[in-house]
Amino acid sequence: MRLLTSISVTALLVASSGTSFAADDMASNMTLVSWGGAYQASQTAAYAEPYKKMHPDVTITWDESSNEAVAKLRAMNEANNVTWDLVDVVAADALRLCDEGLAMEIDPDEMLEAAPDGTSAEDDFGDLLVSDCFIPQIVYSTTFGYRTDMVPEGVSAPDDICDVFDVETYPGKRSLEKRPINNMEWALLCDGVAKDDVYDVLATPEGQQQALDKLATIKDDVIWWSAGADTPQLLADGEVFMGSTYNGRLFSAIVEQDQPIAMLWDAQVFDLDGWIIPAGLPEDRLARVKDFLRFATDTQRLADQAKYISYGPARASSAPLVGKHAELGIDMAPHMPTDPKNSKNTFLYNYEFWADYRDDIDAKFQAWLAQ
Amino acid sequence: MNELIVNIKRPNLLTFTMPIVAVLGAMFGFVTGNIFGDPFIGAVGGAVVGAVLALALAKIVSIKRWKKIWGVAVVFAVVAALFGGVGGFLGGFVVGLSMGWFATWVGTGKYRAGVPIYYTPGQVLWHCTFLFICAFVFFFLIAPLIPVVWLSFNAENFFTFTPEMLSFKSAGYSLKHYRDFLGTDEWMVPLKNSLIIAPIATLISVSLGTLAAIGLSQSHVPGRQVMMAILISPMIVPLIISATGMFFFYAPLGNWLQLNLGLNQAFVGYVKVILAHAVLGIPFVIITVTATLVGFDSSLTRAAANMGADPVTTFFRVQMPLILPGVISGGLFAFITSFDEVVVVLFVGSARQQTLPWQMYTGLREQISPTILAAATILVSVSILLLATVELLRRRSERLRGMSPG
Repeated sequence: MRLLTSISVTALLVASSGTSFAADDMASNMTLVSWGGAYQASQTAAYAEPYKKMHPDVTITWDESSNEAVAKLRAMNEANNVTWDLVDVVAADALRLCDEGLAMEIDPDEMLEAAPDGTSAEDDFGDLLVSDCFIPQIVYSTTFGYRTDMVPEGVSAPDDICDVFDVETYPGKRSLEKRPINNMEWALLCDGVAKDDVYDVLATPEGQQQALDKLATIKDDVIWWSAGADTPQLLADGEVFMGSTYNGRLFSAIVEQDQPIAMLWDAQVFDLDGWIIPAGLPEDRLARVKDFLRFATDTQRLADQAKYISYGPARASSAPLVGKHAELGIDMAPHMPTDPKNSKNTFLYNYEFWADYRDDIDAKFQAWLAQ
Repeated sequence: MNELIVNIKRPNLLTFTMPIVAVLGAMFGFVTGNIFGDPFIGAVGGAVVGAVLALALAKIVSIKRWKKIWGVAVVFAVVAALFGGVGGFLGGFVVGLSMGWFATWVGTGKYRAGVPIYYTPGQVLWHCTFLFICAFVFFFLIAPLIPVVWLSFNAENFFTFTPEMLSFKSAGYSLKHYRDFLGTDEWMVPLKNSLIIAPIATLISVSLGTLAAIGLSQSHVPGRQVMMAILISPMIVPLIISATGMFFFYAPLGNWLQLNLGLNQAFVGYVKVILAHAVLGIPFVIITVTATLVGFDSSLTRAAANMGADPVTTFFRVQMPLILPGVISGGLFAFITSFDEVVVVLFVGSARQQTLPWQMYTGLREQISPTILAAATILVSVSILLLATVELLRRRSERLRGMSPG
């Protein structure tokens, strides 16, 4: 009996700690899903903390599950138990979730703030609204970083994407992402395929084989990564000479952690990251999410985020507001993937292509990896 | 045993001691050479140093053995410090200590001390090899913890031994990962969740598991083998399977609790995770309690009944105190199962029930931050303290009851 009482007392304590309803029919708790690390820290600093200051009664819970957001959201939906309120995903995942009806369709002009000069949200985001469910936050790029102290003597530092495939001039391990996306494109580019033809070639079985054959020339020198934090760690350890990862992770290793690493930038692949709202949220939670979303995606907030991480804001009106790093005081613009000096040769990730071919090429790539 | 040592004659210096110590020297030399880029020269140099050391130690008879060993360690440390600074000093000290100990151990014939005098060389060799294997097993169990603890004081945000760390400069060390662990919600909330979930889940597993074990130990219960198998199945079924099943089982249950009883989402989340963890802990309790019940004399319960005690009184006054050690160790297992569990909580829990292992798992995957190492160090220290306390208390109570002389 004593046992039962103690359990129920604890239970009541736990229950009461979470029940403080907001005055305006909005839920008082929000679960945001993001990527962890420096990126989530930038979101916390730029949107979540200021929002909490305005609404002290709201608690925000973060879940670092963006990596498996699609699978988890499917399972939650099936079990009719969606615990997430706002999910940060890459554009490709947003397209899939939208197609499957797991993400709510949004009307940008109605739900999002207009730019300060009156431009409507739809025009402000422009082409970056790649899906009806997707509210882009940032433009990031996947690119290479290399150890400056491991460049062989008498050789100039790598500045060409094809230096990744040149193990004779630049000996040492490379780290590449353990999936075909980006790697196949880079391989074709360095195998003599013109930039405009890459996806046409990659659509054919011969082209896919050609890309894999090119990758095979460096397979023995590759360490495959699956989390964005792997490459910075490998570079910091000196275990690899060069490696691909998201440009913000490299920025943090170079500027904040002071590692002897430099960026390659050549043939960087642009991609988008942003929010989706899970479909079918109860009304009070949806109201809270909409309120937060309107705040978190306005022009100033997106520009603020660039104070903490080197990703380009998705609104055109935010770009001129990008200033200096919040703690180090350095100019952020030269570290942005969209900076003219960095974006001399860029590559735009082709969503439609990968939506159509992903499963097929994935299977081939995994089989090739296992060989 | 001590008398035996006197009778052991010293082994031949040239054909036995020097080659063996040289081999150890070569091993250390190989490792050292590797650091400086040439393992082969290191190995040869190490072998020469080993042989000379064995010779020198054998020729000096006037000094006591342990003085010799410390002397060797200091000489090695000073020489290594000339090349490698403070790091070299420590490394040289450890190498010198092991070499000195080994050289005198082999050279004075001490290695035969623990074995009967009639053993053949082969048997002696096996005896020593066995001791070394045991030492290595301990070493490899403990060794992985050392870099974890060491790196947790890293001043950088990577799992990397920086040159400053290796030369023991204070710039290479900081407590910032401990501040991150203790000072941020990111880690304190999961810790709080773990401390809510694990004890309650343990209480449930212990109560249910003990009752089940007592019931199942009665010979008249029909189909008890089958029941036992079912109750133990969470331990045998792969965790990922149970987790998937539990996810789909608890989701509608949670929805029902929320909609019909009006309980809030966070509370229902805790209930789900606690129940799921209790299920995982029950098999451990059943197994340990069943094992203790084998030694329980059931005539005691009949005697208690004979004196007018009802079954509940009998249980709490007679049976429970006797099987308590089994219950407690079962409870410890259940607690650790819940406290260490990451798969089920990832499925059943939501972000508000994020436990410490969950946070460590995502942290390791998404940001490889040494804060995880700080958390690990703290957890290891706490478990060592807990185990030591439990062991001390146990010894104390045994001493009080006069059960052991120590």
